[in-house]
Formats: sequence, structure tokens, C-alpha cells
Amino acid sequence: MKILGVESSSLVASTAIWEDEVIVAEYTVNFKKTHSQTLLPMIDEIVKMTETDLSTIDAIAVSAGPGSFTGLRIGSATGKGLGLALKKPLIHIPTIEAMAYQCYSSQYMVCPIMDARRNQVYTGLYTFSKGMRTVMEPTAMDMKDLIGEINALGKPTLFVGDGIPVYKEQIKELATVFCCFAPAFMNRQRAAAVASLGALYFTEGKIESADEHQPDYLRKSQAEREREEKEKKNN
Amino acid sequence: MKENTYILAIESSCDETAASVVMDGRTVLSNVISSQIALHTLYGGVVPEIASRKHIEKINQVIETALSEAGKTLEDMDAIAVTYGPGLVGALLVGVAEAKAIAYASGKPLVGVHHIEGHIAANFIENKDLEPPFICLVVSGGHTHLVVVKDYGEFEILGRTRDDAAGEAFDKVARAIGLGYPGGPKIDKVSKEGNPNAIVFPKAKVEGAIYDFSFSGLKSSVLNYLNHAKMMGETVNEADLAASFQKAVVDVLVDHAILAAKEYGFDKLAIAGGVASNSCLRAGMAAACEKHGIQFYYPSPIFCTDNAAMIGCAAYYEYKKGVRHGWDLNAVPNLKLGER
Repeated sequence: MKILGVESSSLVASTAIWEDEVIVAEYTVNFKKTHSQTLLPMIDEIVKMTETDLSTIDAIAVSAGPGSFTGLRIGSATGKGLGLALKKPLIHIPTIEAMAYQCYSSQYMVCPIMDARRNQVYTGLYTFSKGMRTVMEPTAMDMKDLIGEINALGKPTLFVGDGIPVYKEQIKELATVFCCFAPAFMNRQRAAAVASLGALYFTEGKIESADEHQPDYLRKSQAEREREEKEKKNN
Repeated sequence: MKENTYILAIESSCDETAASVVMDGRTVLSNVISSQIALHTLYGGVVPEIASRKHIEKINQVIETALSEAGKTLEDMDAIAVTYGPGLVGALLVGVAEAKAIAYASGKPLVGVHHIEGHIAANFIENKDLEPPFICLVVSGGHTHLVVVKDYGEFEILGRTRDDAAGEAFDKVARAIGLGYPGGPKIDKVSKEGNPNAIVFPKAKVEGAIYDFSFSGLKSSVLNYLNHAKMMGETVNEADLAASFQKAVVDVLVDHAILAAKEYGFDKLAIAGGVASNSCLRAGMAAACEKHGIQFYYPSPIFCTDNAAMIGCAAYYEYKKGVRHGWDLNAVPNLKLGER
């Protein structure tokens, strides 16, 4: 079985090939170039390097959000285009879940935090006991509320994600449980985790067609939010 | 040797998700357009984030439909073409990422196309005899350009708008009169009931640049007219106002285009872009061209609106010239006409 993993939900562009329980290639770049310029050349590079015949890929696992709206769409459109041309299914991987999966078998509860601006993070809570367990599904919430939730659960927590540099001090100040922060090799999105989780989803039959696939933004567009607020006020 | 060249073209620069299969540059085998107008009407104009979200929802379906309506498969294609600018960056990126992935995975060459060059090329689809050089007036919601089409893919810009695009002026005036969005078709329709000579609006000339346009002064005159009437408690004849405004825009567009054709010695003149559907512009330009012995070309409304057939048409001539884009092709929201 062969899964191509695609990750472009934040500043990180990452792509990986999972083949029979092995990551045969992973290419991760955390640099200011746009994903539009980097993602497909990176896929091309690992495909060439591993002499992979694209038609032998079973499915394309896409980190489907939440995250940067534009970043998500570049990953999704890339996945949808590959799926259309190769006639292969896509696997919708919640970004937050893939980030937690990177910390597989952590003794602490894992809390991915992605900076969602407006004092919010995209986050979720996971524990590991005979596989990964979801304590809290991916959501957008205020950092203060998240810390409150973690305190209430009373579990030591490992944080991952680009929310760390933004909220580290606040976490240290407000958390009443032991908190630690993932080191560099696992503190940002990686396509190896997306592809690995993708392989698991694939065996469970959790696939979708390239046409069906679309990002899960977890947030409405600004225009929609403003229109709804206005309507609420008028009623 | 293979007889025909087939291009799958994708367009997502604004609020239409479109795909088309074009044979040999001028024969459209399919032209699928998924319009979002109804959605954006809620907001009185195109909301970029909503447009981008809709593109990603629809794009695969639109492409698959374009292929099946053409009776072709991806394997039959010689190249994949896509609009990479100008336009809304988030919207463009969906088409660009999708087209790149399709081209890459199917082993086909990728040809990036300039959106406005596509609009101009729309004239080739139904006018098999039309070949460069000719004068073309490009008028849409985002663009107003008077250009010499010197050859396929070669342009000289004679004039452009200094402020609002013609279509933008239509939208703003329609909103002021209360006709709603999109303004162009609404004003065109209402104007049919009105007297275009009822109100005389100024025809702005740009000092020292005879082919340039300026529509913001005209737009202000309409707004002033409305405000004045409101203050005096007078009722405004909307049809007369719309018709008079439309005439003022069209007169300037026609005058400049004809002047350019005469001055540069061209006997062929084409119009392109969304506003090229305007019935008053079509009639005015047709009459002026006839008077001056100029052959007038214009696309059907379906090829005036944003569509992918025109992109496939423009791409064909680029493809023949050997233009190929790499997997790092990016969206360029302010791509200039003729820029490579």
C-alpha cells in the first residue's frame, strides 16, 4: 500500500510517501515561499528520488484543516488535481489530529495549538492508550478557555504547533497542571504524520472522492460572519 | 502526425469556476461555467474568500463535466491551460494548484494564460477569419484597455482607465440607483425603457493621453444628480438616468476605439470582456464601425463573461509557440497584459 501525504495548512509545506509501514520519503520546508511555488515541486522531487510510479499510489492524504484558508486550498486543490488525474481517492485528515499523531504514545495529553489570530487557537485534545483517543475534537477557541479546559481535566499536557511561540508565556502563567512543549522535530505539521494517519484511515475505509474533498476551515469567512451579526442585530 | 490539438483549460480568477476543452484553438468542444453570482448578490459584490471556497467545491465537477461533454478523456489532451492572473489571488490559486497537479499527474505540459489575453482571444472562437493585427477594446468589471493585438500573444496597450474600470462604474452606478448587483446587465435592461439623451453627463478626457479613460468623474456626476434630486424632493426617472449614464460611457469607449483604429490604420476592431455584452456598446460600436468602413468583431455573450474556452483559445497559440510553465507556477494577481 502506498499513500502520498500533503500538508500546507500553515507556513510549513510538507509532503511524504508512506509505503507499507515505512516513510520512504519526506520533504518539509518551513520557509516564506508560497506553497503555490513549493508544494508541487517538492512532490515531484520525492517522487523522482524514490522512483515512484505515481499510478501505483493508492490514495492521497490531505491535511484538510483547520489552518490558513489559502494554504488549505492549495493543498486541497493539489490533492484534488492529483486524484482526478490519477483516478485515486483522497483521505481527509484533520490537521489537528495529524499534529497530535506526531506525538504518538506520549504519556502526557497532547494539545496541538495553531495560531488562529484574534486571540484564538485551532486546537484539540488527545491521549494515547491503545492508539490515539480524542478528548476534544478540533475547534477554534480562546486560549484562556483552552487553558481552563486543560486545568479542569487536570492532566499533564504536551503542546505542539505554531501557537507555542505566541502563547507559551500565557500557558506557563495560567496552567495549573504540568505543561511541556514539543521539540523542533515534532512541533510543526509534518506530512509523514498525515500520510501515516492516512494509511490508518485508508484501511478503515475512510476515503472520499477527489470531487467530494474540500477543506474544513472551522471558521466562516469574515463577510459571512459580519452579515450574520448584522442580521442578528436587525432581528 | 497527430491531427488535432486538444487543450483542457481552467479559469477561476474571479467568481466563475470554469473549464473547457478546445480543439485547435478555435473549436470549443465544451464550455462549462459554474457561476456564483447569486451567492455574491447577498453581499452586493464579489467576496474573495467566499469565491475561493466555492471554487474548491466545484472545480473537479466542472472539469469532469467539461471533459465528458467534449466526449474526451484527460489522456486525449495535449496540454493543460490555466489562468494565472490577473484576478483575485485566492481564487486564482485554486485553479493554478489544480491545473498544475492535473498536468503533473497526467504527464501533460502546463500553459499559464493571462486572463485578459483570454478575453481578447474569445473573438477568435466564432470569427474564424479574424487574425491579428487588429484593435481590441477590453472592457470588464476589472479592466478597461484599448490595445493593438499585433500578433497572437503580442500586445501594445494604447490606453487604459485611470480610475474605475467601465464595468466597475456600471456596478457602482447601479448600486446608487438601487438596481443591485451585477450592475452591467441591470443597467443595460433598464436603459431600454429610458431616453439616453435625457441627461447630459460629462465625457471625461484625460489630458495628454487621448486613448486613456476615466469613469470616476462620470460616476460622481450621477451620484450628484441623485443627491440633488433627493434634496429637491424630485423623483428620478431611473430609466432615463441609467440610459444617459450608459450612453456617456459607451460614447467614450466607441470614440476612443474608432480614433485608434483610424489613427493606426486598422480596418478590424474587436471588443472583449464582460461589458462587451452590453447591447448599447455593441450597437454603438457596430454603427460607428460601419460608418468608418471598419470590420467589427465581437464574441457571443457566453464568451464575453469569464469562461475557460477563451483561455483554451489563447493557450493554443502560446502552446504552438512552445510556451510551457513549471510546477512552481504561481498566481500573479496584478499580472500585466503582454507580460511573460
